[in-house]
Amino acid sequence: MTWAAFRCWLTVYRRIWRSSVWSSVLGPVFYLGAMGLGLGSLVDKHGTASLGGVSYLAFVAPAILASGAMNTGMSEASWPVFGSLKWNKIYIGAQASPLRPEDIFRGHLMFMAMRLAMNAAVTIAFMWAFGAVRSAWVVLAWPVAVLTGLAFAAPIAAYAVLMRNEMSFVYIFRFGLMPLMLFSGTFFPLSQLPGWLRPVAYATPLWHGVVLCRALSLGESLGLFGTLGHVAYLAVLASIGIWAGGRAYRRRLYV
Amino acid sequence: MAGKSVRRMSHPPGSLHQVPGSSASEVLVRAHGLTKRFGNFTAVDGIDFDLYRGEAFGFLGPNGAGKSSTMRMIGCVSPPTSGELTILGLDPVRDGSAIRARLGVVPQEDTLDVELTVRENLLVYGRYFGLSRRVIRERTEALLDFVQLTDRAKDKVDPLSGGLKRRLTIARSLINEPEILLLDEPTTGLDPQARHVVWDRLFRLKQRGVTLILTTHYMDEAEQLCDRLAVMDHGTFAAAGSPRELIREYCSPEVLELRFDPELHDTAADKLEDFPAERMEVLADRILLYVTDGDEALALVRAIGLDPLTSLVRRGTLEDVFLRLTGRRLED
Repeated sequence: MTWAAFRCWLTVYRRIWRSSVWSSVLGPVFYLGAMGLGLGSLVDKHGTASLGGVSYLAFVAPAILASGAMNTGMSEASWPVFGSLKWNKIYIGAQASPLRPEDIFRGHLMFMAMRLAMNAAVTIAFMWAFGAVRSAWVVLAWPVAVLTGLAFAAPIAAYAVLMRNEMSFVYIFRFGLMPLMLFSGTFFPLSQLPGWLRPVAYATPLWHGVVLCRALSLGESLGLFGTLGHVAYLAVLASIGIWAGGRAYRRRLYV
Repeated sequence: MAGKSVRRMSHPPGSLHQVPGSSASEVLVRAHGLTKRFGNFTAVDGIDFDLYRGEAFGFLGPNGAGKSSTMRMIGCVSPPTSGELTILGLDPVRDGSAIRARLGVVPQEDTLDVELTVRENLLVYGRYFGLSRRVIRERTEALLDFVQLTDRAKDKVDPLSGGLKRRLTIARSLINEPEILLLDEPTTGLDPQARHVVWDRLFRLKQRGVTLILTTHYMDEAEQLCDRLAVMDHGTFAAAGSPRELIREYCSPEVLELRFDPELHDTAADKLEDFPAERMEVLADRILLYVTDGDEALALVRAIGLDPLTSLVRRGTLEDVFLRLTGRRLED
């Protein structure tokens, strides 16, 4: 039944995919070009020892992959979820069918996962084209990026479906997404942060996604427990989101 | 618009647990003490009814009377707070999916996907019901033909008029060949032509044996479509029965409407206090006399020395029943 809801989103997407392609393609190109090549040429002149001896492009590219997944996850789970209740009422229509609220949620989440996979694949392709990839392990950064995105998408969808007005999103984006994007070891290593701030970064999901993607792209080992720890953190967050989402959708749709 | 009303008749609300003459058959929906509360607010307050296969049943009432809450409970998207509810012999909380597979729903507000075409809307919706593409394609042709939208099949939904969207919503609700069709204010907001087309299609569905359950606050709609009605007010049934029964019980055969010079309005009302009518209602601008014979009553009015500016004799209608039972107050 989840599948039926997912196919609905596919049908919708067939109509609107053109506009989304631009953001999927241009996003990574802009970031890799501006941050990796532009800013990178400055950084590289001053030595890259603190980056682990790799070029800034190679350092920042996997972080762009992970934070891009966060962005996609957030944007696919915020407005579209809210709008499916308030604007185009896709959920309200679907509700009258045999689909249960949980099916409607999971079907939409499956669509979000598909969008995450598409965007991550495009980003990895550009990373490779820009010469930012150092290891074939990067193929595993693909599922990791999807998982990172879901760790955001699932809890946010659970929150968005209960929201009464859209102002809350502004806070999420401004006070949640922005700092995460800046302070999760994305554009500079965490070692540059003051010591007291580092535990905060460790607690944020994006940092785990960045560390994993970076290790896979650079071909560095995090050790078995390190790798499993990071994956588990993201998986637990996504699972909590999926559990909470089912409950939230039921609460909101079955009043 | 508050007018003082003089009530001389009082009837107990009719019972809905009686088999209507024509369709003495299978009970599709049974409610007993059905109640829905939202916090402290009681939207539906312990109603009882049986709905039978093949009939058209209407919930009538002012806004906030509990019609839509009742419909949502029957549609298995709103768990009852208390009381019993059985739909197609199943429990809506436990077997919601199985029941919804056999229901069609036309919601109050259109929930069509305006970014898709007419045909795609039916495709997506059919998919929700787990129908195969082939089945959906076959049914789509028949349904679009039924609601006369065949030539718009490839058009986007967004620019369609309200009437066309409503017809598409009805077509969509039929994609799973439902046994019961739930319609929440099916023609609210439509122009008269569009309303008549919708009524015609709904009537045909009823002829085919589809059970119709609808809410409305249009009396003509109720009269046109419904075999039986329940007038709801404050979450309970104020009365129930066939349109004819309701008119017989809560109204008079004829109504005499009198309009006086505003200066003489109150005096006239006082003079008519003892007039031999079944009931009199004094509105801000008119006085209504509920009588058996309107012309005879008018002659009598003249005989006691009153000279109305205008007078109108008409038949008692469902609207009179409705206003009598739910009052002439203005609500939200």
